[in-house]
Amino acid sequence: MKMLNNTSTMMTNLLLVVALISLIVGGVGIMNIMLVSVTERTREIGLRMAVGARSRDILKQFLIESIVLCLVGGFTGIILGHGAALLVESQLNWPIESSPGAVVAAVVVSAAVGVVFGFYPAWKASKLDPIEALRYE
Amino acid sequence: MALIELRNITKTYFLGEMDVPVLKGISLDIEKGDYVALMGASGSGKSTLMNILGCLDRQTGGDYFFEGEELGRASGDHRARVRNKKIGFVFQSFNLLPRTSALENVIMPLSYTAGDLSRKECRERGLAALDRVGLSDRVGHYPSQLSGGQQQRVAIARALINQPPVLFADEPTGNLDSHTSIEVMKMFDELSAQGITVILVTHSMEIAEYARRVVRISDGEIQEDYLNKREVKI
Repeated sequence: MKMLNNTSTMMTNLLLVVALISLIVGGVGIMNIMLVSVTERTREIGLRMAVGARSRDILKQFLIESIVLCLVGGFTGIILGHGAALLVESQLNWPIESSPGAVVAAVVVSAAVGVVFGFYPAWKASKLDPIEALRYE
Repeated sequence: MALIELRNITKTYFLGEMDVPVLKGISLDIEKGDYVALMGASGSGKSTLMNILGCLDRQTGGDYFFEGEELGRASGDHRARVRNKKIGFVFQSFNLLPRTSALENVIMPLSYTAGDLSRKECRERGLAALDRVGLSDRVGHYPSQLSGGQQQRVAIARALINQPPVLFADEPTGNLDSHTSIEVMKMFDELSAQGITVILVTHSMEIAEYARRVVRISDGEIQEDYLNKREVKI
């Protein structure tokens, strides 16, 4: 029994590590796409600054975008996970039980990924010089 | 007190080892309601001067007063607020947001205005601004569905949304054909007649003819500052 418990803990930890690595990889993907978005919208950022956006307004805008992007991913994950569980139930007759804790954790973690990996691109956008940004081709 | 006062403004770019002086001590007063054309060849410093006049860029030396307040050394947030409330910009390349309707483009600056307006008030002000430039029938159109002249008029409506006392236009007709240029310049004439201070940046004599006063910049210095004769004829 003790050994079984040990193995189970190890498996859980292993899964956690795998999940963490996926989160980091996914987060880097988010950061990358946000950096591309900031570069592509350099002129828009310059324009927004010219019409009165402060640095923090730009920071907020891009941070929100990255959080929304991550939340969409989080919710897609929840739906896919639940769908897979339902599939297992119908095919293998295994009883399933959804855990609200995991759902909440998924939402919170995806929002956190959005903040952590979206911060650098958003900060970069907020530090642009309006004149150079407007001139950017 | 003039609306904008420049006192011995210098601007130098430090490119590595080299210092590139772009403005070499410019003093200029722009009165409320004036209609000024800043003229000069490319590289003369006229765009840099406009950026400093429009609170977009900071001078290296000298003082910049906007409504009597020195803003060249003010905080970035304070300058952003002044740009939002007191200054309108019109650009050569329109700079409208694609995939965003004319109305949304026009009310975009309101999202940075303190003292939040309700969505309904924003919409009403946006519609009024579009009406002012004669585009009330193009409210829901996207920039790609508008002609160049119409796009520039949307940009003018956007510049007017906070009823600023001064409007800056950087080569506003640079991307337009001659016929549409006249249409847009008439728009500036009307706005000037309504009491808005208009500052045009141009290299074209034809466009400068519309203004009341012409300031000619050459090599970072004011070469000439004269009143247009056309004004007398009218």
